[in-house]
Amino acid sequence: MADALLTLRAVTLGFAGNTVLQAVNFDVAAGSISSLIGPNGAGKTSLFNCITGFYKPQQGRIDFAGTALLPLKPFQVTRTGIARTFQNLRLFRQMSVLENVMSGQHCRTRSGALGAILHLPSQQREERQIRDRAAECLRFVGIAEEEWPREATTLAYGHQRRVEIARALATEPKLLLLDEPAAGLTKGEKQELIALIARIRDERQVAVLLIEHDTGLVMTISERVSVLDHGLMIAEGTPKEIQSNPRVIEAYLGVEDAEAALAL
Amino acid sequence: MFDSSRTFTIQVPNLAQRCPALLYAILALGLNVVVGYAGLLDLGYAAFFAVGAYSVGILTTEFGWNFWATIPVAVAAAVLAGVIIGGPTLRLRSDYLAIVTLGFGEIVRISARNLQITGAASGITGIDQPWLFGWHIASPTDFYYVFLVLTIIAILVSVRLANSRLGRAWLYVRHDEDAAEAMGINRVRVKLAAYIIGAIYGSIGGAFFAVNFTAISPESFSFRQSTLFLMAVILGGMGKIPGVILGAFIVVLAPELLRDLGSLRLLIFAVGLLLIMLFRPSGIWPVRSR
Repeated sequence: MADALLTLRAVTLGFAGNTVLQAVNFDVAAGSISSLIGPNGAGKTSLFNCITGFYKPQQGRIDFAGTALLPLKPFQVTRTGIARTFQNLRLFRQMSVLENVMSGQHCRTRSGALGAILHLPSQQREERQIRDRAAECLRFVGIAEEEWPREATTLAYGHQRRVEIARALATEPKLLLLDEPAAGLTKGEKQELIALIARIRDERQVAVLLIEHDTGLVMTISERVSVLDHGLMIAEGTPKEIQSNPRVIEAYLGVEDAEAALAL
Repeated sequence: MFDSSRTFTIQVPNLAQRCPALLYAILALGLNVVVGYAGLLDLGYAAFFAVGAYSVGILTTEFGWNFWATIPVAVAAAVLAGVIIGGPTLRLRSDYLAIVTLGFGEIVRISARNLQITGAASGITGIDQPWLFGWHIASPTDFYYVFLVLTIIAILVSVRLANSRLGRAWLYVRHDEDAAEAMGINRVRVKLAAYIIGAIYGSIGGAFFAVNFTAISPESFSFRQSTLFLMAVILGGMGKIPGVILGAFIVVLAPELLRDLGSLRLLIFAVGLLLIMLFRPSGIWPVRSR
């Protein structure tokens, strides 16, 4: 892909003799919406963890907008413009919704202890910036202002998911990685999520890569779909191509269930 | 264990007794940044207290420095010690820090006990009490006001840090290191900042302790001292400023208030502590409601 924002080449990851990812090649185009699917244990979240610096692959290279990611620590990866959400919600407990989202701005600001102690003008300005940008992200994902002071983990489940997306957006990413964003959502909430993902790309020019089990959702919003099975990238293409790819049907969907599963 | 003749709480009532209580409050507030805000278990906090006290003791008695000029040196020494101890340790998960700080506390005390320049076991005596614009800070009342001002500054600094980018980062890292890192927070750097700020509080407390009592000895900086500071923080409620101050006052004043009970007082104090730990594990101070 010529305009690839993120490229993975021959990424191989193993833990104690078990191969989790085998020579994975993978691209994400700038401003695209793409999905990574595959059965449980296929290595999808491990791939996210390699991109974001939590896991260190034994071989291969990962480049993002001209920067090699493998030598970087997770916080440095975030600074290059990759944000993520977690499969299981990981909002900061005992902190408000707004405080949670403000965490995303940490890497875009710099004031330290001295500025805080002396209330330096630059620090005060930054505090306002952190608050304003967090507020903007919360409005963008549709969390009403009266929920902002509430403890984040007391919100309705679907709202917590959106707060997590707002928190990721607050890091001002160029690429957003969503790990099973629709898990546990109602049908209506899934429709809202589809609209939100489209808006993230269209209005903020952020490329979105998601791991998702809901095939219907994946096929609706993705421009490209990649299929991972037992650590191998077995297929890559448009949703239509993937739906008719026999290897995918066999490996991922199970031969007998294929018809049912693909009857969207 | 709470034989108070061996701690530095002096036995005179009134203002002089409130000085150590305020001093404890300052140190507890400093340790609260490390333990309460950043969630790092520091078992050798008395070491930073010693660094401050000995910096002042050595520079004023051996080299004839003015007390006020020694404070930047005391702070610099604490920062340096904080970087040396915290730099490598804070990369590891937090249990290691407890062990390393425990060792560090003992190293500082044993070094002070054996080095010539720290006066070995007998310590340093005859530390001059300071002057401030023609005011000789000498009487217990004078020191009471000095410690009061220092406590107010310590509270103000704690509040401002808590409500800042750095203060929030401590909470993020304490609650979920991985999520914090995914938000672009350098957890090692943020923890090191907490550790160093705690060290500075301890060192400044130690500096004023040295001129208040005019004499320091290695036994003022024992492991037991570190546990008392930690107890003040945990008793009152980690991360809660009024709670931590209350905890410091209880740790200093409770054994004194129970003095009439004779040898039973230590038993009662200990049982009281255990009950609080059992029934209010998050400290005496109520959890803030939102």
